[in-house]
Amino acid sequence: MAARLLSLLALLVVWALAAHFGDPRRFPGPLEVAAAIGRTAGSGDLFFAMGVTMARVAAAFVLAMAAGAAIGYAMGRRPLVDELADPWIVVLLNLPALVIIVLLYIWVGLNETAAIAAVALNKLPNATVTIREGARALDPGLDEMARVFAFSRWKRLRHVEAPQLAPYFAAAARSGLSLVWKIVLVVELLGRPNGVGFQINMAFQLFDVALLLAYALPFAAAMLLIEAFLVQPFERRVSRWRARAA
Amino acid sequence: MSRAGALAPLDVYVAKKRLTNASGQTIDVIRDLALRLEAGEIGALVGPSGCGKTTLLRIIAGLDERYEGEVKRPPGRLSMAFQEPRLLPWRSVEDNIRLAVADVGEKELRVLLDALGLGEHAMHFPGELSLGLARRVALARAFAVTPALLLLDEPFVSLDAPLALAMQRELAALVKERAITTLLVTHDVSQAVRLADRIFVLSPRPAHVIGEFRFETRAKGTSDEQARSLEKRVEALLMQATANFAADR
Repeated sequence: MAARLLSLLALLVVWALAAHFGDPRRFPGPLEVAAAIGRTAGSGDLFFAMGVTMARVAAAFVLAMAAGAAIGYAMGRRPLVDELADPWIVVLLNLPALVIIVLLYIWVGLNETAAIAAVALNKLPNATVTIREGARALDPGLDEMARVFAFSRWKRLRHVEAPQLAPYFAAAARSGLSLVWKIVLVVELLGRPNGVGFQINMAFQLFDVALLLAYALPFAAAMLLIEAFLVQPFERRVSRWRARAA
Repeated sequence: MSRAGALAPLDVYVAKKRLTNASGQTIDVIRDLALRLEAGEIGALVGPSGCGKTTLLRIIAGLDERYEGEVKRPPGRLSMAFQEPRLLPWRSVEDNIRLAVADVGEKELRVLLDALGLGEHAMHFPGELSLGLARRVALARAFAVTPALLLLDEPFVSLDAPLALAMQRELAALVKERAITTLLVTHDVSQAVRLADRIFVLSPRPAHVIGEFRFETRAKGTSDEQARSLEKRVEALLMQATANFAADR
């Protein structure tokens, strides 16, 4: 932990030194960026942009995870569904994010629906493939046990299958979140009138690097905190019984 | 608890059961196998290892429906202990039993756990148990219901000898007291003789019944001498079948 802090501190020092000897407009130092953060936070612009972006992240994330879980489960359990859906998933997996975004903006229009759908669609195949792995790995022995003891469909899903799928779901959520928040910025940059991505585009037009970092760094920090304090504890929680078994 | 099913016998006829083995060959595992177990009886399936005993038990349990023939199970609940414990690793011992048998009474559960020496492990998770303990939990789960039919696949394997004996006594008492129709698979002839009212001796693959022994005197208690003589007869039949099988090859 101490080494990590020291390394982070070293980064700040290198940054400050580089800024000191470089062009301050293109390469502002930590203090200037901190001042820019103070200004945008003071005016409320930063929090508004972050709020809007987070709402998009949340919507796209929930959508992609729900659809991905349902499709992935069906594919893992039913070979026919797998054969039918697999080519679509492969196409979607290999389509560049940018292509999906631009196509949806053209087809659906420059609106919120297109933006969120584009992000969700980018994340969907990854979630699907991960959950499919989980569904394939379901223990047939436990399934038979549930049949012999006449578990209802719901009871089987909740007590037998969901706990086995949970680690896969958590893994998909973790990789999914880090993908989704990066793509949301691109979507905003290309076709939304607000949010962190939009502000970064503005700063780009103005060549204002301090402003750009004033939006980018707090947002990245917020996503890191969510990952560390929400996603990772969830992952540990659902995998707890595995640690016990080991 | 409904006992309606307890009066009906178990009737099994498997004309043919095929399996595809690892190298892609289709083989008959069971052919023309018929057996009948009267209500309240304990039956034992004895046969050489790999002859299809577990396959037959899965067919009877309704877990495998790809066979030719007909199985008439006594109507009502089914309970089973598999060869492996098959416990939910994310649930404690007592929750595993409660989940499978939702209507088990708290007092009943305590008595059962104590009887199987699991009292102090009630709150433990399956990952914290030895295989022997986990198998006992699976047995407790199977005994927690009063089913119309109880199926046990090698229930006492991987338990040490004195414990296995104690568990057999426990099982016999439990099953007889509640008149549960029970079919157990074992490769241990003396175990079958100790426990069962009726012993079905199976041939090597494709399995069919080559001998059936019934203990008329079970209720009055069998003398050691009777048990030993029966054990010898069953073993002789098994040896002969295996020898014939080898000669055919």
